Amino acid sequence: MCTMIVEKIRVDGSGKGTEGWFTLEGANISYDHPFNAPFEHALNIDFVNESMGPSARVAVELSADAARELVKTILAVLDEAEAGGHIRDSH
Amino acid sequence: MYRTDMYEGLFAETVTFPGANGAMINAYLARPLGPGPFPMMVLAHHMPGWDEWYRETTFKFANHGFVTITPNLYFRAGHGAPEDVAAKVRGEGGIADEQAVGDLAGAMDYLRSLPYGNGKVGIFGTCSGGRHAYLAACRVKGFNAIVDCWGGRVVMTPDQLNEKFPVSPLEYTRDLSCPILGIFGNDDSSPTPEQVNLHEAELKKHNKEYEFHRYDGAGHGFFYYHVPAYRQAQAVDGWQKVFAFLGKHLS
Repeated sequence: MCTMIVEKIRVDGSGKGTEGWFTLEGANISYDHPFNAPFEHALNIDFVNESMGPSARVAVELSADAARELVKTILAVLDEAEAGGHIRDSH
Repeated sequence: MYRTDMYEGLFAETVTFPGANGAMINAYLARPLGPGPFPMMVLAHHMPGWDEWYRETTFKFANHGFVTITPNLYFRAGHGAPEDVAAKVRGEGGIADEQAVGDLAGAMDYLRSLPYGNGKVGIFGTCSGGRHAYLAACRVKGFNAIVDCWGGRVVMTPDQLNEKFPVSPLEYTRDLSCPILGIFGNDDSSPTPEQVNLHEAELKKHNKEYEFHRYDGAGHGFFYYHVPAYRQAQAVDGWQKVFAFLGKHLS
């Protein structure tokens, strides 16, 4: 690994991989060499279920700007959902 | 040098051999046909994994007359598409140095067991593979040449060390037992030009035989023709340097 910048978190939800939907157990977030995005480094998110093997992975690779915009937008959407009373339970 | 009226033939297939702690590793072996004797190469793959570029590069070395093996250093993470396996290893923070060195030593031993070698084995790596190759060349006796292409984190600070990476590879420089060729892009951020300076200074301090080539207008991974980092002129020159160096030290 070249930057060694990686964090792992547990997540609840589902991801759609190459073989359809599967239960997500975690997300690995790194800032390191992407496999496909045309940048030297990217903000890489791997939504995974490691108990199902390496192929249980939904991957995205984003520029740093796109990743920051995504973070802001996710929070804004959640705030709107909460304000609208749509988030009843905290998961 | 190849001439168009020469016969050439290659053989390539997946093999297995015992690596660190005797675990059986799968690897891609490519070699020229015939009894040889041929010089031999171990390739340490990069962070993106045991992938198609490394398959093609294994074949490239064989095409240049080397019996070449590229072990799947990530096999313990499981099997699947190379990218998925590499992503898993990335999520785990990489592979332990001790494990990588053991696996690469096993690859060298496997090559030396083959009946068509000329007794000389080199090691080549790019990116994290360059770093692993450097560790192996310092810590394992038996390599006759090492090529380190832009290996980041050869120079490590104390805060970067952990259980998997307990010692900065630079600390092992005194034990380097073969000539080293280093290929670096001056726009790289790991290693930076300053880190390459430190690496070079350590080699000089221990009177090691080395040859560094540092390219302007190139960053990390400039041999990789499948990504925007590719730099045609620098890559062509770099490969010429690689084969000239290996021709000198492995014949």
